[in-house]
Amino acid sequence: MTLAGRFATPLVRALLIALFAFAIFGPLANLVLWAFAEKWYFPSKLPLEYGFTFWQRVFSPRGNALASLGTSVWIALLTVAVSLAVAIPAGYALARLKLRWRGLILLAFLLPQAVPNLPVYVNIAQVFYRIGLAGTITGVVLVHASHGLVLAVWIASAAFASIDDSLEEAARNMGASAWTCFRTVTLPLAAPGLMASAIFVFLESLDEFTGTYFVGVPDVMTLPLLMFNASMGGNYQIASITALLLLVPSIAFMLVVERFLKADVLAMVGR
Amino acid sequence: MTDSTVAAIAEDAIAAERAPRERRWIAVALVAPALLVVGLFFVLPLVLSAVSAFTAGSAFTTAHFAKALDLYGRDLAFTVAIVMLSTMLIAVAAIAIAAYLTLGEHPRAVAILRWLYRWPLFIPFVVTGQVMRTFLAKNGMLNHALIGSGLIEPISAQSMLDWRGIVVAFVWKQAPFVTLLLAGAMAALERQHIEAAQNLGAPRWRVLVDIVLPQVKGTLLVGLVLSFVAMLSVLSVPLMINPNSPTMITVDVAYRINTFADYAVANALCLLSLVLAAIGAAFYLRHAVQQNTRS
Repeated sequence: MTLAGRFATPLVRALLIALFAFAIFGPLANLVLWAFAEKWYFPSKLPLEYGFTFWQRVFSPRGNALASLGTSVWIALLTVAVSLAVAIPAGYALARLKLRWRGLILLAFLLPQAVPNLPVYVNIAQVFYRIGLAGTITGVVLVHASHGLVLAVWIASAAFASIDDSLEEAARNMGASAWTCFRTVTLPLAAPGLMASAIFVFLESLDEFTGTYFVGVPDVMTLPLLMFNASMGGNYQIASITALLLLVPSIAFMLVVERFLKADVLAMVGR
Repeated sequence: MTDSTVAAIAEDAIAAERAPRERRWIAVALVAPALLVVGLFFVLPLVLSAVSAFTAGSAFTTAHFAKALDLYGRDLAFTVAIVMLSTMLIAVAAIAIAAYLTLGEHPRAVAILRWLYRWPLFIPFVVTGQVMRTFLAKNGMLNHALIGSGLIEPISAQSMLDWRGIVVAFVWKQAPFVTLLLAGAMAALERQHIEAAQNLGAPRWRVLVDIVLPQVKGTLLVGLVLSFVAMLSVLSVPLMINPNSPTMITVDVAYRINTFADYAVANALCLLSLVLAAIGAAFYLRHAVQQNTRS
């Protein structure tokens, strides 16, 4: 390497990393600025005044944010309950039991992720409208669950598959019934993986927009819908504050995901 | 050995005799509820979509498709162009980042990059839309950064909230996902091959192109196909960044339904986007089949 090259390389590297950091954090920083901007007109680079007026508006009893946050969290919790209730048995069967057409069944659970969802939402909204489920929490939960199920089944199946069967055999040999063995040995060992799938489903439901947009209108107002309406109404402050609220769980999970999704479980996904 | 364990072993032996048929039914019963949910709330609506797109009254017709293509043919081309371009840019970004994470020689730079790249990973599309609406606007931070660094004149600052905005939003949101998959696959490769090539004096780009990429092609394709399909069905980003014509098919579907309650044409548009997704999936399947026949 030439002398110039030896000095140029670290400089170029630092520059590239700085550019990359700007690409990732620039957009987020812009959002944060808007959340605290009282006044911001072109062509000023930064907001003219900062303050919490809009935060007060968002969190005031008349603002809809808290109610929407409550609705969103409630829907997400119900979605997790429904998804896991059907995904745990299915994941166990796919990982541990002999099942005909196992590959085909795994593929069927991939469908909702591998096919554009728009036709599904459009038509299920129509069906739900006829049977009175449109605009209800139940309707939205069912739509979210059918989508979240995919991740739940795949991760649950991987979590069960990563458990050493000899532990279960030992329990069975000592006289534990199949149910006791599942409850006291298999389930606790699979718990971190199942926890990860629960968090994935929770986040997906919390952030879901299109399905709620078609099935939930006009009565179910989740946080993403509230954010969208504020943004389309031109109220950037309210939209940015709501967006920040939605970012908190996403980023928190991004930072801890590896604690729940261990490499041994990840390696079994889709096997 | 106690009597109870003997009994248990005997019971197990009998159970093992009986097992195949009985356990198969248990397995089916355990999977059935999950399959039912997917069937009722996913497959059935898809079938209804096809029925609605092909019928008028109770007769078979292709008129809805003709109308959809007539009104929104340009948007269909626009959608294909945007999603293809985004997919290609995602591939380039993911390969570059994952390659540096795997082959980078500067440990601190690798650590910083690993920490940086995944921030957008779990940020929802609807929030990405809002983030980019502020960042790419005429008064957004991108323009101020470009003006501040002297790259453009203040007068030539322009809003990027058109097709470019959609592409930027898609790449920003999806590239970390593909990178995560790809970097995982690269980390699982045998280091010996890479080290052997490096010891023989191969430059890093040769190691990447000749040794690393061929082995992780499948993972890259899976990530790209999943992203391709996800981008095809995103409604919020095009609605927020570029709602005016030409725009993406998803916006047209929402418009047909909300303004005209025209489900037939909306469903025809939906099926057309399904065809696009199928073409994307076909790429993956062809690769998977080749892979299977080779091994």
